[in-house]
Amino acid sequence: MGRFVIGALAVLAVLAAIPLWVTNEYFYFAAYVVLQFIVLATAWNILGGFAGYVNFGSAAFFAIGAYTAVALFKAVNLPLPLQILAGAAVSGLLGLGVGLLTLRLRGIFFSIATIAVAIILETFIINWSYVGGAKGLPILRPTDAPLHFQSYLQWLFFVMGVVAVIAVACARYVQTSWLGRGLRAIRDNESAAECSGVPTLQLKLAAATLSGALMGAAGAPFAQYLSFIEPVSAFSLTYAVNALAMPIIGGMAHWIGPVIGAILLGTVQQIVTVTISSELNVLVVGVLLVVFVVAAPEGILGLVAKLRRRVGSTK
Amino acid sequence: MDLELLYEAIISGILLGCFYAAVSLGLSLAFGLLDVPHIAHPSFLVLGAFATYMLGLQGVDPLLAGLLMMPVFFVFGLAVYQFYYSTFEKRGTDTGLRGIAFFFGVAFIVEVGLIVAFGVDQRLVEAPYIGTSTRFGEMRIPNRMLVAFGVAVLITTVLTIYLAKTFTGRAIKAVAQDEGALRLMGADPVRIKRFAFAIATATCALAGALLIIVGPVDPGLGRLYIGRTFCVVVLAGLGSMSGTVVAGLILGIAESIVLASVGAAWAPAVAFGILLVVLGVRPAGLFGR
Amino acid sequence: MQHTRRKLLAGASALLAATALAAPGAVLAQGQPIKVGIGIAQTGPLGGGGKAALLGLQMWVDDVNAKGGLLGRKVQLIAYDDQSNPAVTPGIYTKLLDVDKVDLLVAPYGTNPTAPIMPLVKQRDLLLMGNFSFDANAKIQHDKWFNNAPWGAGAVAWGGTFLEAGKALGGKTIAFLAADAEFAQNLATGARAISKAMGLQTVYDQNYPPNTVDFSSMIRAVRNAKPDIVFVASYPGESAALVRAVNEIGVGSSVKLIGGGMVGLQFTPIMEPLGSMLNGFVNFHSWVPEKTMDFPGVADFLKRYQARAVQEKVDPLGFYLPPYNYAIGQMLEQAVTATKSLDHKMLADYIRKNEMKTIVGNIRYDAVGEWATPRLPMIQFQGVTDKNVDQFRGPGRQVIIAPAKLQTGNVQPFDKLRK
Repeated sequence: MGRFVIGALAVLAVLAAIPLWVTNEYFYFAAYVVLQFIVLATAWNILGGFAGYVNFGSAAFFAIGAYTAVALFKAVNLPLPLQILAGAAVSGLLGLGVGLLTLRLRGIFFSIATIAVAIILETFIINWSYVGGAKGLPILRPTDAPLHFQSYLQWLFFVMGVVAVIAVACARYVQTSWLGRGLRAIRDNESAAECSGVPTLQLKLAAATLSGALMGAAGAPFAQYLSFIEPVSAFSLTYAVNALAMPIIGGMAHWIGPVIGAILLGTVQQIVTVTISSELNVLVVGVLLVVFVVAAPEGILGLVAKLRRRVGSTK
Repeated sequence: MDLELLYEAIISGILLGCFYAAVSLGLSLAFGLLDVPHIAHPSFLVLGAFATYMLGLQGVDPLLAGLLMMPVFFVFGLAVYQFYYSTFEKRGTDTGLRGIAFFFGVAFIVEVGLIVAFGVDQRLVEAPYIGTSTRFGEMRIPNRMLVAFGVAVLITTVLTIYLAKTFTGRAIKAVAQDEGALRLMGADPVRIKRFAFAIATATCALAGALLIIVGPVDPGLGRLYIGRTFCVVVLAGLGSMSGTVVAGLILGIAESIVLASVGAAWAPAVAFGILLVVLGVRPAGLFGR
Repeated sequence: MQHTRRKLLAGASALLAATALAAPGAVLAQGQPIKVGIGIAQTGPLGGGGKAALLGLQMWVDDVNAKGGLLGRKVQLIAYDDQSNPAVTPGIYTKLLDVDKVDLLVAPYGTNPTAPIMPLVKQRDLLLMGNFSFDANAKIQHDKWFNNAPWGAGAVAWGGTFLEAGKALGGKTIAFLAADAEFAQNLATGARAISKAMGLQTVYDQNYPPNTVDFSSMIRAVRNAKPDIVFVASYPGESAALVRAVNEIGVGSSVKLIGGGMVGLQFTPIMEPLGSMLNGFVNFHSWVPEKTMDFPGVADFLKRYQARAVQEKVDPLGFYLPPYNYAIGQMLEQAVTATKSLDHKMLADYIRKNEMKTIVGNIRYDAVGEWATPRLPMIQFQGVTDKNVDQFRGPGRQVIIAPAKLQTGNVQPFDKLRK
């Protein structure tokens, strides 16, 4: 626990210090996306990796966080940290709702339900003209940034870093606590877990709520980041695929897997997006996903462990 | 809403509904009977549509193209199931998540692969029955819908009879009900399931042709049809092939009425909305086992 | 083994990229090219138009460099594909400014991809040359925006001209069909206001989600409402689908005038397959080969464009966008040469105060950065036959029916031109 807290504080200190020597705005533009994916991947893994329920509709939770923030910003000019809390709250409730509806059924039904929720919410937002509807809404970012940050984008970058650290801390807590043990039991054999007295439904609901809330937190600053929000990109399939691929590629068993997957895939995608066509970039993610699911289901973490074992056994 | 518009909406809904039933048949077989989490089924439909488009560029009539592609898709289905079975179903734990993620990845690869190959633009086919309409009293019904309706009824009838009357067909239904018993009777369940999945994939060839006859197709269309096909299959009840028609009609008419009354903005949500309601209220569907 | 290598590679490339991106901008030496940056649709619904537009702009760059460049420096065009997707443009323009360090900016083709970057250019106080946007500056009111589009500010020249033609044919009732997207909604809102002022009665009004492909249900509803005039604001895929739906099930004998704001019916790849289905539709255009639009320089430009278009596989006729994109280049050239600077404030002041001479005519800008005097032809498709691109090369197929100063023919009721 102590080591983790020190590590987390060190990361935050580094993130706060970067703006002192990096002034190029585009760096923050790209780095923000990577931090955002760390949150999404970690959040997805709480329900997916730990409990075994595959969420295909990560975009919905992300977008609802974004639109909640936009609506509140437009209505009462809510400051950013409160926008994030509001986004997290609404998306958390959404996670709870979807969970109540389908977590009593088999895994595949939960997955289909998440797609359904994503499309229905997208349709709803398209018809809600207050937040711009299908046309979208341009957002004027505040011109001043707090503390020593020179632009609002740098502030957003730092805030997303804080959210990432919080998300990882939550995942770590879930993993190491009784919550994690229960979820693992569900993932391995749900009926056996039920018979042993594990409160499966409550655990699954808790995981779904937390997962949704963190995704909403990741989405809340999105409109400020882009200076614009519109439904098709907010609900884009890339979020769903990345939120799924990053933990699977990184490794689902440990909280650090999604972080590795997010940093790796996120960075490569940002570099590749402007040089090669973005479709090719997204195709590569899909192919990597299938390759890992088939050949290396434990992800990079699993490959590292296997390598260590092999190296260890030859000594 | 105008009574005449309502009447027209219901008629269109019936035609549309049978079309939805036809495109969901493959899923009813693969997911309903075989329990394969085949999220990639709509992507195979779109693949079939693009195959029809390619043959259409050579001047082949779309329906003929669909028929020609059926054996190709059949073999493709054999391969996919064999891969899926040996990678996922044979092993034990964690298969649920991996199987689902696998098909999701496949669906995604198909969609993006099509974008890379064809671009994001919509594609059409030309045929004498596309773009013309027939007069039925006051109403003019597009011929492409009539053709889709006709072929849909045909495929559904053929498949239902096949499953009920032929030996292999009954074996497929048996393997869905009790795999162990089937094994005791000397049949190889894996071979049967593979065959069934191949049939399901073959229907995607013809259903894909119907898809591009009914309207323009772009690579992203698969996502919309995830809602429609799963809605039909879940509403029908897993394992019920004949229920697929009823469920398809319900969806088709509901969508048509929503389209005519509230407008096109809400139409995509109808299928997914019905799906969520069914999952919440009666997950076994109308005729489920 | 793979994973460590991959991780190392990824880590190294990430580090490299971070250093490259974060490095302070290089000091501009005198011999450095002048960079013009644009994010423009090369794929997606607007891709057909965007590719042709980019060729027009590229031709200007080539012409300027052949004459010795601008201020003695070569001009370099840096273009990225925005995929007709508004969410991609902020990233592209941030990259153009912070990584590619461009000197001059041209807006994306179209209102939808342009709207998201208006806050960006306003906050950084940059000159932005608009590219066929409609009312993109109405809310933000940026003082360094100059839109090159013949319709001017608001819907008066556009909707007004169309509705006048409808009234002249005896129309009293009107139906509206508009995509739920920035451009279409802006236009439709303007048209509705004008329609009300003219005393027309609205019998049907429907917004539809972008990329709708099946209009049969909506066309049926329109027919049921029996309007005299149908005003449509749509994007390329939808425009084509709508023309097909009207052809398939008919819009009813009451309709005398249909069209107005259908983007896409100016792109040759869309016009050719539709062929005779287009007859009767009255729609906006920007330039057609009719005698009232023969501005100095445009015929020569089109000849050179059409020669290159075949090779580069873009719109073979190139009437709609390429001349206007070439003209954007000409305006930048005129302003830079006259002020002898790249300072955005000086350039903006110059463009605001002076008449710009281009191949699409002489242009003066008003206070919001739109054409002070609109010059928007409303054309009617007449006598179009199937599968024939060459028929559009000369006058007679896209007859200008309004406004009076550009008119080359009379408008016919819709029914009369349909077999």
